[in-house]
Amino acid sequence: MADLDIEAGKKVVFKGLILLGVITIIEVMIALVGNGHIIEGFHLPKLIMYPAMIGFSLYKAYFIVFEFMHMRYEMQGLMRSVLLPTTLLIWAVIAFFQEGSAWKHRREQIKTWNTEQANQKPSTPPAKEIEGAK
Amino acid sequence: MATDSVLTHETEQEIWSGGKEPFKASYGKLMMWYFLVSDAFTFAGFLIAYGALRFSVPTWPLPDFVFSSLPFGIHHAPLIFVTIMTFVLILSSVTMVRAVQEGHHGNKNGVVFWMLMTIFGGLAFLGCQAWEWSTLIGVEHMTVTTNPFGAHTKDGVYLENEYGHPYAPGEKAETFTAGHTYLIEKAENPETGKLDWVQRKMKHTDGTESVQQFGPKAFGALFFFITGFHGFHVLSGVVFLLIIMVNVASGLYHNRGNHYEMVEKIGLYWHFVDLVWVFVFLVFYLL
Repeated sequence: MADLDIEAGKKVVFKGLILLGVITIIEVMIALVGNGHIIEGFHLPKLIMYPAMIGFSLYKAYFIVFEFMHMRYEMQGLMRSVLLPTTLLIWAVIAFFQEGSAWKHRREQIKTWNTEQANQKPSTPPAKEIEGAK
Repeated sequence: MATDSVLTHETEQEIWSGGKEPFKASYGKLMMWYFLVSDAFTFAGFLIAYGALRFSVPTWPLPDFVFSSLPFGIHHAPLIFVTIMTFVLILSSVTMVRAVQEGHHGNKNGVVFWMLMTIFGGLAFLGCQAWEWSTLIGVEHMTVTTNPFGAHTKDGVYLENEYGHPYAPGEKAETFTAGHTYLIEKAENPETGKLDWVQRKMKHTDGTESVQQFGPKAFGALFFFITGFHGFHVLSGVVFLLIIMVNVASGLYHNRGNHYEMVEKIGLYWHFVDLVWVFVFLVFYLL
């Protein structure tokens, strides 16, 4: 770390700037081309767009942690104690996204039940009951 | 073999028995790393909540429609402004790397100069965010509880123009397709003189008629809380950078003789703020 000379240090900085900038431009281009903003009527399937954008972002994150934050030069114990806990997030993402889809599914189910019930019962008896209560 | 294991055992005990740095990092630097781990989990919690809520509703406003304004009255420039914001943050991260490097070489003036550049980058980012927020709140009327960005669920055609009036004879009616995002605008009500929502009437291809519906309610709260929490990190980062820059200039860290380690620690924090932005950018603006 400390034995990096000035020129080598500047090279790392320049490389980082170009790398992060170019990847960001690629990501934005995927979003714009994929959603049909650049070429009229041309869309990319989400199944290609999303993994590509997630992959590029993860690479940016890796580069920032390992080069800019110097994780590459730290002891293996430090690296493990910082990076291993974050693998718990893989579970969190899977669990909560599944839960979110379950909410959506349940809402749609309730909507279908409600329309079914509304179609089965004629709406007149409850109206009469309300009148009687008055 | 047996002696080997005994030896390793002894050395391990020596390393961890105090007075030494087992990870070859100072207490302060190590604790900065662990603070960042906990902060990463806080941000991950927010972003995962965003994902779960997005998965739980049938439609979601498309980011390239929501974030398509630029200063000086430029519209329909999808994602350009947030890309500029990202570049500003990347640049300030790069200048921070230079500040840490100058610190390792003991160049006090270099550290101060590059830290000052980093502070300018942070302030520029905050300025951009202030503009983005004021556009969303003041022009597009998005609040924590109201989300005027809805999305069409079916193909169809509008029965009214954008001011909520029936089309004039000969005027071409606007059509839309499922999945398209729209913004419910506000217009002055001629009777009350107040701004009212204009929810345009539309007819779907399957024959049903309806009016524009507001988008998923959680969108505004998620946007303001997550980008606000990140912006608050940037703001506190700028404050700490200022304090440490003044200390560098006063020669405090030079006298400590530890290669400006304090600059390295605030550098870790600053890069983390950039790291979080990578994911905020991904989930809010790209996906």
